[in-house]
Amino acid sequence: MAEQELVEIEIDGKKLQVKPGSMIIEAADDADIKIPRFCYHKKLSIAANCRMCLVDVEKANKPLPACATPIMPGMVVRTQSKEALVAQRAVMEFLLINHPLDCPICDQGGECELQDVAMGYGKSVSRYTEGKRSVKDKDIGSLVATDMTRCILCTRCVRFGQEVIGLPELGATGRGEHTEIGTYIEKSLTSEMSGNIIDLCPVGALTSKPFRFKARAWELEQGTSVAPHDCVGSNIYVHRHRDKVMRVVPKDDESINECWISDRDRFSYEGLYHEDRLTQPMIKKEGAWQVVDWQEALTFAVDGLKKVIDDNTAAQLAAVASPNSTVEEHYLLQKLVRGLGSHNIDHRLRQTDFSDQLATPVSAGLPISIEAIETQEQILLIGSDVQREQPIVGHRIRRAYLRGTNVCVINPMDYHFNFDVKEKIIVSPSTMLQELAAVTKAVLDQTQNTRHGKVADLLKQVTVSDSHQRMAKQLLGAGDKVVLLGAHGLNHLHSSQIKLLANTLSQAISGQCGYLTEGANATGASLAGAIPHRCAANLGVAKSGLDAKQIWQSQLKAFILLNLEPEYDCADPQMALASLQQANFVVSLSPYMTSTMKDYANVILPVCPFAETSGTFVNIENKWQSFAAAAAPQGEARPGWKVLRVLGNLFEQEGFDYTVSTEVRDELKVAVDGMTMTQTNQDHIPSTLNFSANVDLERIAYPPIYRTDNLVRRGESLQRSGIAEAAAVHLSANTATQMNLADCEQVTVKQNGQHVNLPLHVDGRVPDNCVYIPSGFAETAMLGVTSPAALTLERS
Amino acid sequence: MNDVKEKSALSQPAREEIDKWVAKYPEDKAQSAVIPALHIAQKYNQGSLTDSIIESVADYLGIPKIAAFEVATFYSMYELKPVGRHKMGLCKSISCMLMGADELGDHLQKKLGIKFGETTPDGKVTLKEVECLGACRHAPVVHMHNRYYESLTPEKADELIEGLE
Repeated sequence: MAEQELVEIEIDGKKLQVKPGSMIIEAADDADIKIPRFCYHKKLSIAANCRMCLVDVEKANKPLPACATPIMPGMVVRTQSKEALVAQRAVMEFLLINHPLDCPICDQGGECELQDVAMGYGKSVSRYTEGKRSVKDKDIGSLVATDMTRCILCTRCVRFGQEVIGLPELGATGRGEHTEIGTYIEKSLTSEMSGNIIDLCPVGALTSKPFRFKARAWELEQGTSVAPHDCVGSNIYVHRHRDKVMRVVPKDDESINECWISDRDRFSYEGLYHEDRLTQPMIKKEGAWQVVDWQEALTFAVDGLKKVIDDNTAAQLAAVASPNSTVEEHYLLQKLVRGLGSHNIDHRLRQTDFSDQLATPVSAGLPISIEAIETQEQILLIGSDVQREQPIVGHRIRRAYLRGTNVCVINPMDYHFNFDVKEKIIVSPSTMLQELAAVTKAVLDQTQNTRHGKVADLLKQVTVSDSHQRMAKQLLGAGDKVVLLGAHGLNHLHSSQIKLLANTLSQAISGQCGYLTEGANATGASLAGAIPHRCAANLGVAKSGLDAKQIWQSQLKAFILLNLEPEYDCADPQMALASLQQANFVVSLSPYMTSTMKDYANVILPVCPFAETSGTFVNIENKWQSFAAAAAPQGEARPGWKVLRVLGNLFEQEGFDYTVSTEVRDELKVAVDGMTMTQTNQDHIPSTLNFSANVDLERIAYPPIYRTDNLVRRGESLQRSGIAEAAAVHLSANTATQMNLADCEQVTVKQNGQHVNLPLHVDGRVPDNCVYIPSGFAETAMLGVTSPAALTLERS
Repeated sequence: MNDVKEKSALSQPAREEIDKWVAKYPEDKAQSAVIPALHIAQKYNQGSLTDSIIESVADYLGIPKIAAFEVATFYSMYELKPVGRHKMGLCKSISCMLMGADELGDHLQKKLGIKFGETTPDGKVTLKEVECLGACRHAPVVHMHNRYYESLTPEKADELIEGLE
C-alpha cells in the first residue's frame, strides 16, 4: 500500500501532521494532548457512549466526540475552549448522577479514571439530590470482584470479551436506567485472560478479588519484572507493600504482550505466600529434620555430595532443574555439576525422546517474532492447546485469524480456541505422528518436492486421504507460514520424529517452524548449558551426560534439584520419586517444602521464587529479559544464583566469584553471542517411523493451565477460578459406552501396579480409545505421564 | 441449523418458524434473527420467556447466550415473567392521556382488581402500560392480541373484558 499522505490539522493551536481517517483522540494522544475519556480504549472498538471526550471543532455546530470524529484536512480542534469545557463538565455531571461518591471506601480509589477526571473536569459539589440507582453485585468468579453500582456503562469489559478474547460472557442487559453489566445467569468467567477487565474498568466496578482491600495504590511501590510461567515472557509490574508482593499488573510492550497479561501471570503471586514456603534451611540428620543456619546447611550439603562422589564417581551425581529457573541459576548449576565432573543435567522434564538432541540446534524457539504471528497467512498448530499453554501466543493467533489467516491443527484433543480452525485432525497421540506424516507426504506430492528424499522414503507406506490433501493444499496457500509445535508435540513419545516431520513440512511449504517450549526459560536453560549434551553456549562435550529420562532410570546416588517438584513436573513422576528415594544424598533448592520432599531429600535450601530474585529469562524469540528482585525474600530464603555461587566456593571451584547476578548473565551472554551453530541443523533421520501405539487405551496427559509449576499450583484464587481443572478421567462418549462406564461415576485407574480413584467425565474433546487424565495433581502423580505402560479403567 | 442440545426448550414447530426467519439473512448472520426468534419462542410458551428458553434460542442461532439475554431484557414486549392469556397494553402517551387514558387506566385496574404490570389471579388478563401505539386519532387505545381497540370508554372496556375467555 502506498504511503498515505498526511494531513495537517490543529489541536489547541498545535499544528499536527496526522494520518487521514484516524480519530481526533488518536492524534491528540500522539501529540500528548490530554482529552478525558472513559469508553475509548486504543485496543478496543469505538463505542462513543460515554461522551466524556467532547471537543470543540471549528465549523461544527456542536461539540463532537474526539474518539469517533475522523480527522479532516485543515480541521481546527480545541479541547480547552469554553464550549468544550462546558460540554465536558456537563457530561461529568451526568456520569456522577448515579455513581456513588464514596471514593474513600472504594478499592479503585487513588487509581480511578473517574476520580481523576472528576477532579479535573467536575464540580466540587453535586446538584443532584434525588436517589441514586443501585445495582446488585454479581459473582463472576474468584478473580474479579464486582461493585456494579459503580459501573458507568462504558462497556470496555463487554467489548474486551467480544473482540479481544472472543468469549462474550459479559453483556449489557436491561435498558435505560436499568441497564446492568453482567453475565445475566450467574457464572464464573472462563477466559484465561479475564483479569484484564480489571485494568480496563475505568471505575471501581471490576477490581481484583485477591487484592481487594489489601492496600492503597499510593502505598505501593512498583518494580518491573517478567512473568515466570510461559515462554512468552510477558512484561509485568510487581506492586509491593512493605516488601510483600500485593499484585501484578501488565507493563505495556507492544512487541510481546501489548497491554495484556494472562490470569496465570497476574494472580500466581499468591503462591509466594503459601504455607508451604520454606523460610529457613533444613537438614535431615539421622532421619529427623532440623532447622539450621545457612553455613551449616551448605556445609552439610557439600559434605554429603562430596562423600557420594568420593565413594563412587562424579557420574553418580545428577542435577535436575525446572525450566522456570533463571538463566543465572541454570548457568551456575551446570557450571557446578560439570566442575564436579558430571554432565548429568537437564531441564527438559516432560520430554521423553531425546534421540535427536545431538543433531538439532541447541535451543529452538520461534524463528519469527511474537508480533509477526499476526501477519502469517497460514498457521499449523501441532499438539498444542495454545490458548491455555501460552495465552499471549493464542491471542496473537486470534488476531491473525481476525485478519483472515487460516489456522489448521493436528491435535490429540479437540481443544476449544477463540479462533476458527480451517482444517483439523483430532487423533490419539500415537496417531498424530501418522497424520502428520500423511500431511507432509501430501505436501511433498503436491509440490513434487524432491529435496527431502530421505524423509520421503520414510513416508512411502503412508496412506494419504482427502483430509490430508485438503490440509496440505491449505498450507500451500499464499503468504507467510508458520508451523507451531506445542507441548503435545514436544513431549510426544516420539517427539524427534514429530519434529523431523514438522521441520520437513514447514520447509516444503516455504514456512518456518517454531517450538512453543515449556516453562518461562527453556531457551535460556539450553543456552546456559542445563542440558547433558552441550556445555553453556553450545560448547560440545566429549561424552554426553544422562538426559532427563536416563537420569531417573539410572539409580544414581546423588541429586541436586532446583525449583523442582518431581511428582508434578516430570514425565514419569513415579520413576523420578523412586529414583530419588533410593539415592544416598539429595539436595533440593526449593522455595517450598513438601511432604514428598521431606521423604527423599537430605537438605532443603530455601531459594527465592519469582519476584524475590534477580535474573534473566530468554523467551522463544530469543529475547533476553533481565529483571531485578521486586520484593524482599521471605525469611532466610536466598536467590538461587547466590546459593549456587556459595556452593561453588565451598567446593573450591574456580570462577564462582560473582558479586551481582548481572555478572553471571554477562559471562554467559558474551559466550552465547560468540557461539557457533555448526555441527547442528542436520536432520536426524530414524530408520523407521513409530506409528503404532503399544497400548489399547492411550493416556493424554498434560498439566492444566494452573498446575504447570510450583508457584501457580499454589495460587489459590486461580485454583478456584472458572477454568481450573480438577483431577479426573476424561473419555469420549463412545469409549465410555464401550467400557460400560457412565458420566460422573467414580472409576479406578490402574497402571504400573498403582491405582487411584477419580471421577469420570464424558468429554467430547477426547478422541476414541484415549483417556485424558491431567497431570500436576497429587491424585494423578502416581501415574506415568507418557509412560507406555498399559493403563486400565474400571468401575470403583 | 446448529446442533441443538437434546434438552432444548424449543419445540419443533417453534424451530421450524425460526428457520424461516434465519433463511432471510446471510448464512453466517443468524444473529439477525434473534428478535423474531425470541417472539416465536415466547408465542409457543404462553406469551413469556424463561432463562432456559432464551438460552435455547441463543444455542439454536449459534450466538453467545449473553447476546440473547441482552435483547430479551432490552425490549418491553418480551415478557420475562409468566403472563395471563390476554395481555392488554394501554397506551399512556400524550394523545391517549389527553383523551382520558389515565381515567381509563384507573377503571381497568379497578375492574380487574390488579395494578399495571400484574396478572389476574385466574391467569386471564395481564395489564400493562405501553408507549405510543401510533393510533392517536382514535385515542385512547388498547393493544391486545395484535389488534387495536380504539376510542375506548370505560363502558367499551368493560364489554371487551367481559368478552374474554
